[in-house]
Amino acid sequence: MRSTDKTTEAARVMSICNACRYCEGHCAVFQAMELRLEFNSDTLDYLANLCHNCGACYHNCQYAPPHEFQLNVPAAMAELRQENYGVYAWPGFMGKLFANNGLWVSFLSIVVITLFLCGTAILTWDDFFSAHENAFYGVISHDVLAAMFGAVGGFVLLALLVSIVKFWRTMNLPSPFRLDYPRVMQGIKDALSLKYLDGGNGQGCSYPSETPSMARRWFHQMTFWGFMLCFAATSSATVLHYGFDLPAPYRYLSLPKLFGILGGLGLTVGPAGLLILKARADAAPKGKTNKGMDVSFLVLLFLTSLTGLCLMFVRDTQYVGVMLSIHLGVVMTLFLSMPYGKFVHGFYRLIALIVFAVEKNDHKQVVGVCPDKKAA
Amino acid sequence: MKTESDHYDVLVAGGGQAGLIAAIVAAEKGARVCLLEGAPRTHRGGNTRHTRNLRPMHIGPLSVLSGTYDEAEYWDDLMRVTKGKTNETLARMTLRQSTEAVDWLEARGVQFQPPLGGTLHLGRTNAFFMGGGKQLLNALYRHADKLGVEVHYDAMVTSVEISEGRFKSLQVGHHTISANAFVAAAGGFEANIEWLKEAWGDIAENFLIRGTPYNRGDLLRMLLDAGARQTGEPNQCHAVAIDGRAPKFDGGICTRVDCVSLGIVVNRNAERFYDEGEDFWPKRYAIWGRLVADQPDQVAHVIIDQKARGAFMPPVFPAVVADTIGELAQKIGLDPATLEKTVADYNAAVQPGKFDHTELDGVHTSGLAVNKTNWARTLDHPPYSAYCLRPGITFTYLGVEVSEKAQMQMADGTESPNIFAAGEIMAGNVLGQGYLAGIGMTIGNVFGRIAGREAADYALNR
Repeated sequence: MRSTDKTTEAARVMSICNACRYCEGHCAVFQAMELRLEFNSDTLDYLANLCHNCGACYHNCQYAPPHEFQLNVPAAMAELRQENYGVYAWPGFMGKLFANNGLWVSFLSIVVITLFLCGTAILTWDDFFSAHENAFYGVISHDVLAAMFGAVGGFVLLALLVSIVKFWRTMNLPSPFRLDYPRVMQGIKDALSLKYLDGGNGQGCSYPSETPSMARRWFHQMTFWGFMLCFAATSSATVLHYGFDLPAPYRYLSLPKLFGILGGLGLTVGPAGLLILKARADAAPKGKTNKGMDVSFLVLLFLTSLTGLCLMFVRDTQYVGVMLSIHLGVVMTLFLSMPYGKFVHGFYRLIALIVFAVEKNDHKQVVGVCPDKKAA
Repeated sequence: MKTESDHYDVLVAGGGQAGLIAAIVAAEKGARVCLLEGAPRTHRGGNTRHTRNLRPMHIGPLSVLSGTYDEAEYWDDLMRVTKGKTNETLARMTLRQSTEAVDWLEARGVQFQPPLGGTLHLGRTNAFFMGGGKQLLNALYRHADKLGVEVHYDAMVTSVEISEGRFKSLQVGHHTISANAFVAAAGGFEANIEWLKEAWGDIAENFLIRGTPYNRGDLLRMLLDAGARQTGEPNQCHAVAIDGRAPKFDGGICTRVDCVSLGIVVNRNAERFYDEGEDFWPKRYAIWGRLVADQPDQVAHVIIDQKARGAFMPPVFPAVVADTIGELAQKIGLDPATLEKTVADYNAAVQPGKFDHTELDGVHTSGLAVNKTNWARTLDHPPYSAYCLRPGITFTYLGVEVSEKAQMQMADGTESPNIFAAGEIMAGNVLGQGYLAGIGMTIGNVFGRIAGREAADYALNR
């Protein structure tokens, strides 16, 4: 079991909440808390990843600062999440990247975009500012693209998978084959519907201010489904390319295009909306140590879709080379930062929600009771 | 402080639920309203900030309330705790009008908690605010803002000008504000230790105040000095036993210690002094404050063994834990030999029976000077845990007498034409002693609405 400033503070906060319990209607964190008397780091990592940082419990807290108890649940959980994302990262030393996320992602994006610009400029030389008969494959061939992104994608998948397994084990879940699937479905449903951004009775969460609002839930949904549709666009294009020997470019009325345009729009409006909400949100419940992790991820998502949509419009013009380089640079940065940035929250939150569905059903705590660990 | 005007239709002192509601109702009726809240914005709302529910009468399910809670049952509950110390006319009116409270609040943005499992076993009699009283306050302050109610924080009333029972003006520091009608909703005096000492003597120095530190009773004193008729006794208050390590003020709900009936309670001399198994939570919760107040140094210690762990609401402060009773006594500053004897005598007196904490199980001790009449189990499974107890004052009942129109009554038998009172400052009219969970908020809700309506009608000559 880990003991740090962040776990100590989260345990202190949860002990006070557990004696008060006024917030139990708000979200899963408090119902999960009520099953416990003590809070070790496994439990706290679970609770931190159940927390959606909606702010309701902060704005409604009789013990919030300036009360001497200085209770700020969302901030304690946000700061602990940032720490435990690092703990579960693989390879372990890369977990340090969470500590100054915004900074290194910014550097990385500059380096990667520059490399793409220089690389394609050198490869195409005189043709860099020319239109190409086969659009962006005239700038970089399909095989080079596939090899490059395949290799990075493979590493990202491996890194994410190992991190998820580490978190899964800490959450004390059985192997995926021995899961209670109705409970799993409940967890998935709660995750996909963003149930815990509903404030507890469907009026919305206290974000960006104490006034209940659905804004965050909607923008988050646009971001998520925009991302999934873009993913579907790439996947369907891959199938068309390899399965049906139908290489890009595609017509507007094709699956990759329809997915891509819809997804791109969602992934532009969603992150932009979340960024605006974040800028307007009360500072106190957000916590102190995020270091740009949310912002860097949202900016990358926004730029990915924006440059992707731009690329669609300029693909038959002389700007295709520049636009493609910028787009690929952004996408590559997004890929590389996925296992070491805000992207991981989706997996951990989903797993935490599944654990919650199991715990709620059995009315028994699952996380934080591993006897082997206590002995160790 | 600078107000927009020197004169208002309705001036409200006190920004808790009662005052806020009065301001909102008056503004909804078209009055120009100014609300003075003595606390800073962060601590606005008086004791409402620390509340969780109100108790409305209802026939059949109502919003978040299940079943039926009719006037007869509500009345019986009120009689049981007050022992008849209530104004029946006002009390019955409060119960009847409480039916509208939930709808009224919901229509103005207040959220209630849908019935869950957990600790909400009171889903029939009490409607729980989502997130607690502060959520109710936030919603009502937003609503008041939308209606154009002028709210001032850090605005403690420093003097009031009343002439022949009629409100003229008041002062906040050097600033004078007049109004056609005045609503007094500035709470009780529990945070005023000097005043508590007048009723309780020096022992009040050792009381902890669970609620807001801003209820100093200044306005109540001014009204009484100006000839208002007093209701209630100065030593009547809601006093419970809370963790002795709680903050002097503002500790709120989490400082409760909920294991009295699972163990024994001893005083500074390591001796038991009252039947820990007398009754269920609401009753024993309400009596132990006074019991501890009567003990030397106003301190007591509840002692449980390992069997009781996890069977009660988790306390906010950790227990003092030891492997033997003697060691525990040393750690909490009691005489080890005396405590060992107290525990041994108690253990020897426990009669066999089937322990069941969910009902009055009759498992008792016999032959002791102070017997435990239910839930008596021997203390013999180490480690042993101790929690220190002190009296915690939630609110006071001494107030001003009011009419059915929330009009303040004067000691000479007349009634003030333009002074109205709502909330804790007049709750003693209904709740003369004892305590019924959620009824303080009910009184504040009902009288807040009446006071707002009557004040606006008077101010606007209707």
